[in-house]
Amino acid sequence: MVDRIRPYLALIATQVRGQASYRTSFFFDLAGNVFFLGADLLALLVMLRTSGSLGGFDRAQVLVVFGLSQVAFALADLAVGNIERLRTYVRSGTLDTVLVRPLGVLGQLLAMDVGTRRLGRLVYSAGILAYALRLAHVHWTPAKALLVVVAPVAGAVFFASIFVATATVAFWWIESGELGNIVTYGGRDFTGYPVSVFGGWFRRLFAYALGMGFVAYYPALALLGVRDPLGLPGWVGWAAPAAAPVAALVAGLVWRTGIRHYRSTGS
Amino acid sequence: MNVIEARGLRKEFTVRAKAGRFRRTSSVVSAVDGVDLAVERGELLGYLGPNGAGKSTTLKMMTGVLHPTAGDLTVCGYAPVPQRRRLAARIGVVFGQRSGLQWDLPLRDSFTLLRHVHRVPAGEHAAALRRCTDLLDLGSFMDTPVRQLSLGQRMRGELTAALLHSPEVLFLDEPTIGLDVLSKQAVRQFLAELGARGDTTVVLTTHDLADIERLCRRIVVIDHGRVVHDGTLTQLHERYGSQRRVTADFAVPVVPGDVSGLPGVTLESAEAARLVFALDSTAEVGDLIARLVTWGTLRDLSIAEPEIEDVISRLYLSPATSIMS
Repeated sequence: MVDRIRPYLALIATQVRGQASYRTSFFFDLAGNVFFLGADLLALLVMLRTSGSLGGFDRAQVLVVFGLSQVAFALADLAVGNIERLRTYVRSGTLDTVLVRPLGVLGQLLAMDVGTRRLGRLVYSAGILAYALRLAHVHWTPAKALLVVVAPVAGAVFFASIFVATATVAFWWIESGELGNIVTYGGRDFTGYPVSVFGGWFRRLFAYALGMGFVAYYPALALLGVRDPLGLPGWVGWAAPAAAPVAALVAGLVWRTGIRHYRSTGS
Repeated sequence: MNVIEARGLRKEFTVRAKAGRFRRTSSVVSAVDGVDLAVERGELLGYLGPNGAGKSTTLKMMTGVLHPTAGDLTVCGYAPVPQRRRLAARIGVVFGQRSGLQWDLPLRDSFTLLRHVHRVPAGEHAAALRRCTDLLDLGSFMDTPVRQLSLGQRMRGELTAALLHSPEVLFLDEPTIGLDVLSKQAVRQFLAELGARGDTTVVLTTHDLADIERLCRRIVVIDHGRVVHDGTLTQLHERYGSQRRVTADFAVPVVPGDVSGLPGVTLESAEAARLVFALDSTAEVGDLIARLVTWGTLRDLSIAEPEIEDVISRLYLSPATSIMS
């Protein structure tokens, strides 16, 4: 097992050293990430300040949803966020050099681009979640302690699946542009709010059909011990992490189809 | 056993073009259009063709990068795309236009990474690296970040990177493109030595004909996705009527005499004291010289071997069908 992942670890180590050769840029990236996260939080707090609650939830409860979503996204962004660079790799032909190595393509791409610069974002998000959970006075049980660890990890797998699936578009469509970002960052922003603030077909599509409600909202209900104002039974919150493997499976299929359509560029 | 076997290999691309503001038309282009090829172990094969002839596309199919549209292809006994990872362990690839090295790190680090990627035992890796370092003279820039290397230095690095896991087949796509004369020589010298050892099969695409002349006994010429010649350089000359050129300089201007009695000899030009003759493969140089000395006092005489450029350009100009016949 260790023998199988060693080449990928070597790739990660090499890439981290490469990034470290640009120290100033590394620092600015780190700072920039924290700043933008702060802006998201600020927008939410401003909304809460005017109304006091959102979608039937008070400030602390909304922050728990937001925190769960942010931690999940930060984890995914750290691990696979740079897969969006696949587009550049396809265009520049770097993917050709990846394909002639005796390793898996997805594994290599992820290892080549671990976003160490986004570490700051994870620490910051975890801080928000911890603060929100304290503010909401959660009645802790062993099951809830487990859920608070599993939910962000499952959410990260869910976001990672979105990252991979949308990046795959580059195989068909070299100028896929910002399409991937609309879905990934749009998804992150959607999951940061209680699903009950959205309405109609929009909610049905994103929260249920695309499964984004199961990333942060339903696990948060289970942690908070609150009934779903939308009427789903209480066990949904506990089962929500199951959406992650389904998303991963779909993303895997999209990826495999995509790689078969790779047509390379130039000479 | 053949290391590479291709039968009826094809690759089609769909090309979309704008037609009006929103409408687009699409057409199918065959980049590789039915290539048959068998390469034996230890061969050094030159794969030659003009830009867009399908050289790179063929190489990408052989290395598992692109999926053939049709045809059979095995490399080292593997089907390249389905068995890509196993194949990758047995081949080395240099794409002249892409880098397989770590841009921001010292050259040495790329080699260390490749040791892990290919799971080469440390001892073997060190031995292979030492050999390449000596032959390609890498010592002086081993600790320089790749982004600071000159193109020639980088290419020597790429070659080393492709060879460290002792591949059975080495694929080189335009390895000398953009290099200065000295670097080209270094690369050619190295490949010639590799070829002479005979255990590595080398497939080389290029449009630098000097590469081919120096290195390859066998030449495959491809044009519009089809093989138009497969054989030695001599065969290529014979088939396409390559001509040697005899230039005779006389002491004083002469009036050229009759050469119709000499088979395969034609007078190309006559300017004052210089006569130039073209000789095809049936002509006897000796007979021509014997005739020339009867016309006047010869001051100088030179015989130029056929230029491969001429042959190839004639090949490209003639329609593919007539060449095949």
